Amino acid sequence: MATRKQRIAIRGAGIVGLWQALTLARRGHEVTLHERSTQAFADACSPYAGAMLAPRCEEESAEAVIRELGERGIALWRETYPGTVANGTLVVALHRDRAELDRFARMTGGHRRLSPAELTALEPALDDRFAGALYYKEEAHLPPDSALRFLLEQVEAEGVSLRFGEGEPPKDAGVVVDCRGLAARDKLPTLRGVRGERIVVRSREVDLARPVRLLHPRFPLYVVPWGNGLYMIGATVIESEETGPITLRSALDLLSAAYALNPAFAEAEIVRQGAGARPAFPDNRPRIIVTKGYIYVNGLYRHGFLLAPALAELVAAYLETGAMDPEVFLESPAER
Amino acid sequence: MLTLYGAQFTSRLLLGTAHYPSPECLQQAVEASGAQIVTVSLRRESARARTGQGFWALIEELGCRVLPNTAGCRSAKEAIATAKMARELFGTNWIKLEVIANDDTLQPDLFGLVEAAAALTEDGFEVLPYTTEDLSAAERLVAGGCAVLMPWAAPIGSARGLINKDALKTLRAYFPDTPLVIDAGIGTPSHAAEAMEMGYDAVLLNTAVAKAGDPVKMAQAFAKAVEAGRLAFEAGLIEPRDMASPSTPVAGTPFFKIDHAS
Repeated sequence: MATRKQRIAIRGAGIVGLWQALTLARRGHEVTLHERSTQAFADACSPYAGAMLAPRCEEESAEAVIRELGERGIALWRETYPGTVANGTLVVALHRDRAELDRFARMTGGHRRLSPAELTALEPALDDRFAGALYYKEEAHLPPDSALRFLLEQVEAEGVSLRFGEGEPPKDAGVVVDCRGLAARDKLPTLRGVRGERIVVRSREVDLARPVRLLHPRFPLYVVPWGNGLYMIGATVIESEETGPITLRSALDLLSAAYALNPAFAEAEIVRQGAGARPAFPDNRPRIIVTKGYIYVNGLYRHGFLLAPALAELVAAYLETGAMDPEVFLESPAER
Repeated sequence: MLTLYGAQFTSRLLLGTAHYPSPECLQQAVEASGAQIVTVSLRRESARARTGQGFWALIEELGCRVLPNTAGCRSAKEAIATAKMARELFGTNWIKLEVIANDDTLQPDLFGLVEAAAALTEDGFEVLPYTTEDLSAAERLVAGGCAVLMPWAAPIGSARGLINKDALKTLRAYFPDTPLVIDAGIGTPSHAAEAMEMGYDAVLLNTAVAKAGDPVKMAQAFAKAVEAGRLAFEAGLIEPRDMASPSTPVAGTPFFKIDHAS
């Protein structure tokens, strides 16, 4: 089937909808982007993301398809968004939790083991309190706020018609790509929300060049440098759909992890806190669900920024050629 | 049959529901393990009834008896409040009672535990207390109304197995009629089998399955180990000896040695 221009309406202007709109518009389709809230990102969980592009680290608990889509995702981010930082990821553990590092190494690939001296040489802010580290050289990260703004600008520049405050596309809008996340639960009953809490701090002293994960038997946490001294400390994984403010318990967990990483974080200012609920299917895998004239892209769980670009590409390819990767596509209207 | 507070179970493996890669993986692991009781932590997932409904629907689908726990509670008062919340939420008077003394070892606060167990029993709960192998604490818990004891093998999540076997044997001998469940510290199926061989009634574990390379396969391995250990206990183990004891009878064999060198 030859590629021809199609009319496509996208529902939801979070990370998934934006990538979908951009990808389809750049391939020459006529795209409208519908968002129920009148203000950009007011209703989305995307601004709460850590925006680590860490397909190898995620292997610790995610299936192979996440890595494959994620590696493509890194390539697409780097091509598209100049703010993508490809400095790799570090995974560290304190001496007493050394076994956690061994386990993490066993469960993931694409890393190199660093001695404490090598670790300090690579990331001087991390001193000799760590039992070495795992270095995932191929991974990347980005500041989610600017990335979302950038995507929105690009989408507009590509001529996509933005319909904020207009969640429902009109009947004659063409093929619908539903990227509403948790809001699509009215149609996808097995979707659930998984609460993730995070804190953003500003430090004038700590200087990290790449995301650092601190392993701990009870709560593995990460610190992501967003630039300009801003650090995102995240994120809890709680089986709850509440999006209200962070609890004191979680705040203590997150902040003490940052402090354990580098005591100078004690002087950092808390700039923001909050929680989002990520949409997930029971197997925590993403799905593209195809019904007649209507396509759902959902269940990206903790991997919204990582997976959105590659999923957008798969949807575009499906619309143009009918190709469906069975790892991600589901053809039945009876959703998972 | 395992009997806990009058309820009977064919499986002697209890599973925790935390730390799995996904709820679907949890479901498959529970199924593969044959477990009929699963513990759930109340603190976070459902402190407010409605918010974790997606996850709860999945837990309910397991068809297992739910044993809510008071994980992370640091005082008797907190544990009692959490237990009451759990009773309302899950409609069960069963409670796995945890009162934690220390954040690093997660060892039970025996004083708070005894206090909370008695208060909850008084209030109509059927308490399954997470305790140590300490005999005097066990006596107090039983005196306070606990009809099941759940001593640790080792600190939660440490995977170190039965680190104080002598005391665990004493506990078993001292409470021949109280169901005893090893709770926490199990790392390998052989640890679980060993506990069952010692005559423990059941084993409760979480991390060893949830964080295994393949949780579903590991759940199966634990199911077999628990079953093997129980069968061995029922069959009666032989006593260790200092000297070799030949399995082929020597009676009737000639007394001369054949010199192969000549």
